[in-house]
Amino acid sequence: MKKLINTADSVVEDALNGMAAAHPSLRIRDQVVYRAEGPRPGKVGLVSGGGSGHEPLHAGFVGYGMLDAACPGEIFTSPVPDQIIDATKAVDGGAGVLHIVKNYTGDVLNFEMAAELVEDVEVASVLVDDDVAVQDSLYTAGRRGTGATLFVEKIAGALAEEGAPLGEVARVAGEVDERSRSFGIALTSCTTPHAGKPTFDLPETDVELGIGIHGEPGRRRAPMVSARELAGIAMEAIHGDMPLHGDLLVMVNGMGGTPLMELYVVFAEVAAFVKGKGARVSRSLVGNYVTSLDMQGFSVTICLLDDALTRLWDAPVETPGLRWGR
Amino acid sequence: MDTMDTLDTACFVAWFEEAARLVRRDRDRLTELDAAIGDADHGTNLDRGLTEVIKALAESPPDTPVQVLTSAGATLIRRVGGASGPLYGSVFRQMGKALRAPVTLAGFSAAFEEGVVALERLGKAALGDKTMVDALAPASRALALAVRDGVGVREAFEQAARAAAEGAQATIPLQARKGRASYLGERSIGHEDPGAASAALFMAALATVAV
Repeated sequence: MKKLINTADSVVEDALNGMAAAHPSLRIRDQVVYRAEGPRPGKVGLVSGGGSGHEPLHAGFVGYGMLDAACPGEIFTSPVPDQIIDATKAVDGGAGVLHIVKNYTGDVLNFEMAAELVEDVEVASVLVDDDVAVQDSLYTAGRRGTGATLFVEKIAGALAEEGAPLGEVARVAGEVDERSRSFGIALTSCTTPHAGKPTFDLPETDVELGIGIHGEPGRRRAPMVSARELAGIAMEAIHGDMPLHGDLLVMVNGMGGTPLMELYVVFAEVAAFVKGKGARVSRSLVGNYVTSLDMQGFSVTICLLDDALTRLWDAPVETPGLRWGR
Repeated sequence: MDTMDTLDTACFVAWFEEAARLVRRDRDRLTELDAAIGDADHGTNLDRGLTEVIKALAESPPDTPVQVLTSAGATLIRRVGGASGPLYGSVFRQMGKALRAPVTLAGFSAAFEEGVVALERLGKAALGDKTMVDALAPASRALALAVRDGVGVREAFEQAARAAAEGAQATIPLQARKGRASYLGERSIGHEDPGAASAALFMAALATVAV
């Protein structure tokens, strides 16, 4: 598999160097991505992180109105406590720091260890677990954090920018997670630079339903069908878990290797489904935001909005990956 | 060789050197096991972590077995990332805390058990969840039985390695209940757990340590 890399071992560092070169608004130190201007006194700091390979998540969301720092790990591997401790200390403006953690065993362990080890900074944490493909039970590690991470980072970021205290930022971040659900479908697997070949084989005739964002197989394999039918499968899974009503924030997210045109084909079907349930697409996002390297496929993430959340979603944001209103 | 033999610092360093060698040798196998039910990086990550462990042990040579375990545990926690870094790191760090000099087989066995308990607590995993615990808990039990039966260190370590290897094989028919493989539900059945497989390599390495 051809890859635009120098070496598999240096790909994360090389990409971060490229981000720094492309975006003067960012500073990169010891594999942590910061806002160049540093912490603002009295503002709650937002730190997230996770494996690399999901770009623009998380580093692409560092900037005004979203994150203060992102800790990228190796590809699909959570960051280490040292990165998270450095980031937490550096972004504290005296109002404490919120850790936004996707629910994966490694992410949870490393963020927990960092939160325990960091001194003199008040730390709160929100766990994102929006993927309805995984049953939340004693028999799993709980639902995965996927697309809703972007919603949490955007809305909590806007609230922090307004000067809300840590407790409130954490509460609203948790509320966004509770009101959000996702479901993903893959047309192909992805290829990590180290492995050099697809993580799993998926014939032309099949898709994987209920995938996460690490190139792992999904809940089950099914025959390839039309965009309308695939969108229907994703929407039924979401609607079955969280009945859709009222104003919705709807993201159709590409997994990294899917043309934007096809994502819009999916969005049309998603919008029709929403209308059919008597709900309304109030805000939308279509593009590659929470990716899985070069995987082809999509995920749908839906958040039940209210006026307060809508206002925070609309608030200005200025990051490499998301930018409006400023 | 009897149960009164003691394990010195060199034994512990040799344990990690051999574990690093075995993981390097089996790196692609571990990654392929992980590709089947996880995210295809276990071999790469553990290889990178153990390379760092060996480097740290060479840069600051430890004076005691406790220092070997503390150094290895801290390196794995601080440098590996993922779940396997903190989980393996906690085993060795807790083992280091519990170890008393001079290290007899009984002392090793008791400290190892505490390491496995720390692992179960941190990972919230129990025997049968299709994790590292499925290799390490049987190994711990084998060590305890060896102490009770008064067998020699070499034989005890070989029994622990065998128990770990059998435990790893026994994960094949299990459905994962912890970690990333749990997302696959029933589809995780039929695959050896990569964490249990690497844990078996750690125990295989222990069986080669000269006393």
